[in-house]
Formats: sequence, C-alpha cells, structure tokens
Amino acid sequence: MAENKPKKEAVPRAKMPEQDPDVRRRNFIEVPLGLTPEMAMAEAQRCLQCKKPACVDGCPVSVDIPEFIKLIAENNFTGAANKLWERNALPAVCGRVCPQEEQCEGRCIVGKKGQPVAIGYLERFAADYERKNGVGGVPAVEAKTGKKVAVIGSGPSGLTVAGDLLLKGHEVTIFEAFHKPGGVLVYGIPEFRLPKEIVASEVATLEKMGAKIECNTVVGASVTIDELFEEGYDAAYIGVGAGLPRFMNLPGENLIGIYSANEYLTRTNLMKGYLFPQYDTPIARGKNVVVLGAGNVAMDSARTAMRLGAESVKVVYRRSRDEMPAREEELHHAEEEKIEFVLLTNPTQFFGDENGRLTGMECLKMELGEPDSSGRRRPVPLEGSEYRIDCDMVVVSVGSNANPLLTNSTQNLNLNRWGNIIADPATGKTSKRGVWAGGDIVTGAATVILAMGAGRAAANSMHDYLTLGW
Amino acid sequence: MATIVYREEMAQGTIILNEIEAPRISRKAKPGQFVILQADETGERIPLTMADTNPEKGTITIIYMVVGKSTARFKELQVGDTYYALIGPLGAPTHVEKVGKVVCVGGGTGIAVLHPITRALKEAGNEVTTILGSRSYDLLIMEEKMRAASDHFHICTDDGSKGHHGFVTDVLKQVLAQDDIALVVAIGPIPMMKFCSLITKDKGVKTLVSLNPIMVDGTGMCGCCRVTVGGETKFACVDGPEFDAHKVDFDELAKRLASYLEDEKKSMDAHKNCKVQ
Repeated sequence: MAENKPKKEAVPRAKMPEQDPDVRRRNFIEVPLGLTPEMAMAEAQRCLQCKKPACVDGCPVSVDIPEFIKLIAENNFTGAANKLWERNALPAVCGRVCPQEEQCEGRCIVGKKGQPVAIGYLERFAADYERKNGVGGVPAVEAKTGKKVAVIGSGPSGLTVAGDLLLKGHEVTIFEAFHKPGGVLVYGIPEFRLPKEIVASEVATLEKMGAKIECNTVVGASVTIDELFEEGYDAAYIGVGAGLPRFMNLPGENLIGIYSANEYLTRTNLMKGYLFPQYDTPIARGKNVVVLGAGNVAMDSARTAMRLGAESVKVVYRRSRDEMPAREEELHHAEEEKIEFVLLTNPTQFFGDENGRLTGMECLKMELGEPDSSGRRRPVPLEGSEYRIDCDMVVVSVGSNANPLLTNSTQNLNLNRWGNIIADPATGKTSKRGVWAGGDIVTGAATVILAMGAGRAAANSMHDYLTLGW
Repeated sequence: MATIVYREEMAQGTIILNEIEAPRISRKAKPGQFVILQADETGERIPLTMADTNPEKGTITIIYMVVGKSTARFKELQVGDTYYALIGPLGAPTHVEKVGKVVCVGGGTGIAVLHPITRALKEAGNEVTTILGSRSYDLLIMEEKMRAASDHFHICTDDGSKGHHGFVTDVLKQVLAQDDIALVVAIGPIPMMKFCSLITKDKGVKTLVSLNPIMVDGTGMCGCCRVTVGGETKFACVDGPEFDAHKVDFDELAKRLASYLEDEKKSMDAHKNCKVQ
C-alpha cells in the first residue's frame, strides 16, 4: 500500500456553494448549488489515483471512482458521466443523497491526513453536467435475451435492478403504485434536497434503454406476482420499500395536525402541496411545528415545515445530539435553517381543542443510562419532569414497518417476524422461485444507496438465473 | 385504460355516475373495495368505493357527489375522456356469507357503495331487507337496482316526498322489532351510520359500516385515513374500509373529515374564478 500514502495536501477540498440559510429556509429550491467546471477539475486533481482504491470498496455499487475522477480532471465530463453509468443508474441522485462520509469518502486516503476528496460533489457534477449539456447519450445495451423481468417498485433499488438488467439485454417492466415513478426519491425526499426533475431525467434514461413503466399498479392488489408469471414474466424483483408508518400510540395521536412523516412528505413532494392551490392537494401550514424523531426523514420533515412558513420548528428526540441518526450534513443544514433540537425529551400525550385540532403536547425529560441492545445509551425518563410544548402540528418520524399489502398476497414468500421479506444478503434470493427482493422491505428503513447495493446484488443473481437457471 | 364509456347525472346533477374502462380492476374487484382516481396531474387522489363492476365488458362503475374542487373537476369529464390515474382495487373486500336475515341501510352516495354488497349478500342466500333514505325523493339514487337486489324494500325521505316520511332509523327500528336480524350493513353519511349503529348496538345486532376518511395513497403508506376502532388506530385503506360499527369512533372520524375545510373552500373558489374568467 506504499503507493497509497498521501503526498500532498496543497489544494484544499472544494467547498460546495450553497443558498444562504436565511433565504433557503423559505424556498424549495435546492440548497447546494453544485460545483463549477473549474472547481470540479481542481477538486478532481486532489485524487491520488490509488492503484488499490479504498473508496471503491466503500461504495455499495462499486463505482470506478478514480477513473471517473480522472476523466473530470481531464475536462472530459461526458466520459466521466458514462463511467458512472457503467456501475450506477442514478449518479445524480447518489451524488446528492449518499452518506459519502461513511462510504467512499470515509475510506479516501487523502482524508487520512486532511479532508477527503469530495467524491459525492464530483459525482453530482458529472451527472448534472451531462444532463444539462450532454449529447443525451444512452448506455449501450447488450443483445436481447428474450427474458422478461418484472420490477415491483420504482424506488432506488428497483431502478438499479432495472438499469442493470436492461444493460444485460433483458426486457424490464417496472410496476409503480403511485402515478409517478421514483418511489421515495419522488414522494419522500424533498425538492430542496433532490429536485424531481433529476429523478424524472434518470428514469427517462432507463426508458430510453427500453424499460417499460406501468404506474398506478399496486402489485398485490391490481395484479399478483403469480399472475405476472402467468403473463409471461421469467423473474420478479420486489423493491417496494417499508411503507407502513409507525406511530407512537400515545393519547391524542389522531388529532388533526398530527401527520406521519410519510403523509406529510407525500402531500408536499409527490402531490406538490407546497404549490397549493395550483395543485389541489392541501398541506397544513403549521405555525409551531414539532417533529418527533431524528433521522434523515425527520430532518426532511422539519426543513419542509420551515419552508412552508412555520414560525418555529422543533425536533424532539429522546436521546442526545450524538445519537441522532441523521447524516451530519442534514443536521448541520437543519441547524443553519434555525430548526431547534429539543434533546433528551420524549412525548407522552397530545392535547386538542373541541374541534379535534392539536394545540400542544406533553413531554418528559430524559437522561442517558446504560447502553441498550443498539449500543447507544438508553434514555431513562426523569420522574416528574413533565412539561408542555404548544404546537399546532406534529410530524411523527419514528420509522416504518413492513407494508403487508404485497407480501400477504404472495404465496411461498417467507417473512421474518416483523413482516420483512427474508432474502439472501448476498444475492437477494427469496424463498419463492424466480423472486428476488431488496431495499427497505428486506432490511427495514435504511438508505437509498444500501437499497441500490441490494439491487445490484440481486440483478447479478437474476442475470445468472435468467441465463443459467435457479 | 381509465376512459369513461358511460356517464349519467343523477339527483338533479349533484351526483354523477361514471362507467370506466378498467379491465384489470374489473376482474379483480370484490364488493366493498375501492379505487383511487385523479382527474389530472395537478389533481387530488380521491378514493371512491366501486358501485358496480362488469368483468365481461372490462368496466367499473363509480358514483360520486359533487362536493368540492376535485369532484367538480371530475364532473367536467365526459364520455371518451380519461382519468389521469385510476388505481385499484384497494381495501379489504366485504366478508360475505349466509347468515340469515340481513338489513342493508343506505343514504346519499353510500347507496352506491351498498349496492354490490347487497347484491352479494342476496346471492349468498340471505334474505335482504333494504332501507334507503334521502332528503327528498328526487335526490334518491339507484332505486331500481337496489330493489332488484332486495327481498324487502323501503324508501324514507326527510320531506315525505316518497315512502316513509322520516329517517331510515325509524324503519330500521321497526324491522329489528319484527324480525330476527343477523346482520345490518349501514353505509351513508356519518350521522346516519352513527345512529343506525346506536340502535343495533342496543339490540346486539352485528353491524358493518364502510368509512370514508381522507386518504392519500390508499395502500397503507401514509396513515392519513386512520380511524379509531375499539380503542385502536386502524388504517381504513388497508384494515377497512369496513369495520364493526359498534367499535367505531364516529365523532373522531367526523372531525378528521373537516381537517381541510378552509383549504377546500379556497380551492373551490379558485376553481370557480378560473371558470368565470
């Protein structure tokens, strides 16, 4: 590994230009503005071009990182985008939402002594550049195999499976329950973090490669997996997400003004409630908003509430700042936007008026005790510490369970005791012949890139099946 | 797909029937299930329980009351027009079995929801008494189809323009007093379902209602449609829409249905202004 030793830290890591926090907290325009070509080329030159690149090992879909960065450094942005596409169907998405600090950048040798190469910024740059200025080239597809694959769910894992299998010459139809493809990328992640135009463009690339997309189709209700096989499909991939919001089962939880994060974000993002009344779906504009939970979805909800005009937004979390599961970048963006973190605090009940509308909530203060099974210190309530927070909106963002709609209608599909599909971690194979699964319906709520990694593994296994047999 | 092949205005144009091309849904749908419709890309997702299906023809029938912007927009769609989105069949089907004598009580567009359930109950060998109610006889829908699906048939009008002058609950009480009823299915406005439920609860007669809370996705994903049943939170879209009436918190449901009243008015006003211009 001698050649991997850092030699220089002459050029500092590129700083992503961002909208000013005081401006952006009231609009839905994307927060980071993207690197300029000059900034990207300078950043690309910071890469050591390691012969044994640790960054690639850190990438769930094994993007050839040194090679695409080299192409950026050489001012060949289209070449860089094509290099990304070889391993990643959604580079503009991943450049934005991957937790690079835990993956590629977390392994970067340059980062051992200084700041790692901004791989995420560069990925985003190349994909954006190609989308805006490129020739609209489409990755080359291999000769048709004559095999038909059903991909159920058009979120990140389903799109990855579709992209990989299209490249290998299989016929792919993607089934989506909603009226627009993209899954969580469209209904969940807000416009200011992932513009929907980008998702549409990545999906359009798959369509140009030959993917068929059937929206408004709830597999399990509109059609079952066995019926898809009868219709002539040779294999199926289930990537339907977690999809059943968890509530806290506290008194008053059905008061008007209490949303699941799924509902709050779906109304805002997919249904474009923030553009009401140009769009017909309303979304309540809370004045004093409380978000329960501290993951990325909670940060998305809190920052959305701020943009919808809230006077105050509080994130109420029962543990401390160190245990908040959201990415540091998301926490930082939220704090910059004047979102308040109310830590070591747990709700106990909600209060409403005579019309059933939320007026406030009762909380208990907590302290950290001994570590629990997750290794994090367990929050313990402080006796008699009850106090009231006035609020007219609460967004419950404490995770999701497995939605049983598809799994209940599918025979011979083994589930674990939480209702998640049991799939081989290495291949995504389920107990049902010809059926693979990946993403949140297997793992429980996780990240976009992990779902994509599962999609990649499943696509390889599905290709083997389609060409060699089960 | 989702093209309107037949359209009818009922109840003086306040209620609209659409027969829609939907081969896959028509083959799958069972009584009690619903679909979600969206008129255009900017529209709301509106859940409507199917009033009928025709698998041979590959169509489904929905019947809706024009109450706000979204249904006003639906009303503009004519034969040959296509809904932007049509999703289904969703929700749990009605559990239909032979139990003996059953009473089906319907009001407003709830009658449309009741229709396939009534027919299925009769086909299963039950003796069906149907009680339909409306403010006035000219607002009553589906009289002939419901009569055909019933062994005994009653109409109630608030203004006495036809049948019993009064509420469906009056006739329900009489029927329950005269006969040994095994099951009541009541579908209509919330007050109607609530008061039917109070009567049958006294008598200990099992009663089903079909609930119509606000929904977004209709597949269990958002939790907007949560209702309290027997002290527990249920999602009407996947756990329902039918529930044991005696356990439903109707008051909470009524309040939650009013969540967006101001926004609905704003949306309707904007729609009207747009039409005037």
